[in-house]
Amino acid sequence: MSVLTDLKLAELRDGLAKKEFSARDVTNAYLGRAESAGALNAFIRLTPEHARQQAEASDARIAKGEARPLEGIPLGIKDLFCTEGTQTTAGSHILEGFTPTYESTVSQNLFDDGAVMLGKLNLDEFAMGSSNETSYFGPVVNPWRRQGEDTKLTPGGSSGGSSAAVAAHLCAGATATDTGGSIRQPASVTGTVGIKPTYGRCSRWGIVAFASSLDQAGPIARDVRDTAILMRSMAGHDPKDSTSIDCPVPDYEAVLGQGVKGLKIGVPKEYRVDGMPAEIETLWQQGIDWMKDQGAEIVDVSLPLTKYALPVYYIVAPAEASSNLARYDGVKYGLRIEDDNIHEMYARTRAEGFGNEVQRRIMIGTYVLSAGYYDAYYLRAQKVRKKIFDEMTAVLNQVDLLLTPSTPSAAFGLGEKTADPLSMYLNDIFTVTANLAGLPGISVPAGLDGQGLPLGLQLIGRPFDEETVFRGASALEEAANFSARPDEWWS
Amino acid sequence: MSIDRDTVLKVANLARIKLDDARVEPMTKELSTILDWIEQLQEVDVTGVEAMASTVEVSLPMREDVLATDKTGGGRAEEVVANAPKTEDHFFVVPKVVE
Repeated sequence: MSVLTDLKLAELRDGLAKKEFSARDVTNAYLGRAESAGALNAFIRLTPEHARQQAEASDARIAKGEARPLEGIPLGIKDLFCTEGTQTTAGSHILEGFTPTYESTVSQNLFDDGAVMLGKLNLDEFAMGSSNETSYFGPVVNPWRRQGEDTKLTPGGSSGGSSAAVAAHLCAGATATDTGGSIRQPASVTGTVGIKPTYGRCSRWGIVAFASSLDQAGPIARDVRDTAILMRSMAGHDPKDSTSIDCPVPDYEAVLGQGVKGLKIGVPKEYRVDGMPAEIETLWQQGIDWMKDQGAEIVDVSLPLTKYALPVYYIVAPAEASSNLARYDGVKYGLRIEDDNIHEMYARTRAEGFGNEVQRRIMIGTYVLSAGYYDAYYLRAQKVRKKIFDEMTAVLNQVDLLLTPSTPSAAFGLGEKTADPLSMYLNDIFTVTANLAGLPGISVPAGLDGQGLPLGLQLIGRPFDEETVFRGASALEEAANFSARPDEWWS
Repeated sequence: MSIDRDTVLKVANLARIKLDDARVEPMTKELSTILDWIEQLQEVDVTGVEAMASTVEVSLPMREDVLATDKTGGGRAEEVVANAPKTEDHFFVVPKVVE
């Protein structure tokens, strides 16, 4: 029998059901791997006792013939999801030691389906970042390296702990969140699959809020099937989130392998940006050819407002963040720097508790919402957002899916972009539109660049039509036949 | 520079973030770069466009007017203050605000 941690989630599920191995064995195998992968810094905290208890309960269920859809499957949970009784930090000093007394709906859904939590995964502070370098708990290191080099590369962000842990097989799958690209960009640079579903598909209840009109949870896993399995468990209506939509959750796994014959796939010319490596352009063309070969109709489309999506995002997201993060005041939870004057206490606590990037974004948000600037910045951004939304909607009335690169570059080195916030922001150039328009988007590994680093392609679909997104992703995956693995330098 | 030092200090005060003297200059530069880049939105014609706050068009759902019994319900003072840095009898304790 092969090594347990090499089995994909679907294979684990089937093996557990046939009692080829126990949930305890699987959990122990993953815990062992995760414990010896400290060099990746993917987990902020492992929860071995909790995991073993859940695994025992799963074994008992399996023995009684009462296995649930994810019975005994070990997952990593991004440390943005509140987990009852387990520290939840959002990657921030200001929440260090915060132990929620409640469980986020998405993680509860997974546990109700039998999943096991191995621990809490590292992330950019409050999910603000594209490289995991803003985490108070240190950057995550990408398991992938450039051929013949030992330069430490970013696993992307903000869900960098999730992407690195999945790529290094430290868990069978992971939860993640995506506000501007935080699921798809990390998936793309680690050779993993990540989907951001339609806004409203997953409950945001119990997920530490960043930008509430954009935040969505989704899974990162090793292949499209595993991602589809997790997506089904995570999704669903929740009365505790008023933006969660009450519509049935389909069996996403059932649509895999249906092919793309007859689907119309749009290729937006505006996604050909200056300075994009030729390899990404080539890979994109390759993806177009793969889809065509499988019977899809390729349609050239135009999205002229694409270049405004990132500037809109950098008004809307910081504005919402400045409001959401007002709650960290040293009174209700987390860090407090004492002072006799309450205003000083707030200001000192927030200066000490928030890192530079978070402070920057709170400042931008406060500025664009302040008297005299609100109309020129915030209101205008909301109007441009509406135009972008309308433009995307019109194009998706003509085509079933859009095919684009996921990221403008492969994984870059830690420290390479930290000095220039703008160059860091540009990482989300291909992903952010889906957030502004609330659309589902998936990143699928499609190949390696000349230095041996993974590159992903993105598919964007219509609202609540994740099924077609999964169909397309499955076809891409089959054609790409991506099977490369990083060398295990970290263990 | 689209934002000056005084504005940065004013915004920091509004945001309740104490900026060390050494951080004011870099913060001013960083914010200026970002705001200059955002300026390109002024090119877009937004005449007659309605502002969009959310992609989901739902009227806020109403629930039954009964006490919730789950974690969002009442009678959970212990849990509410469980993570507070300073509490007394289920109250949050803060520095004196009234002379």
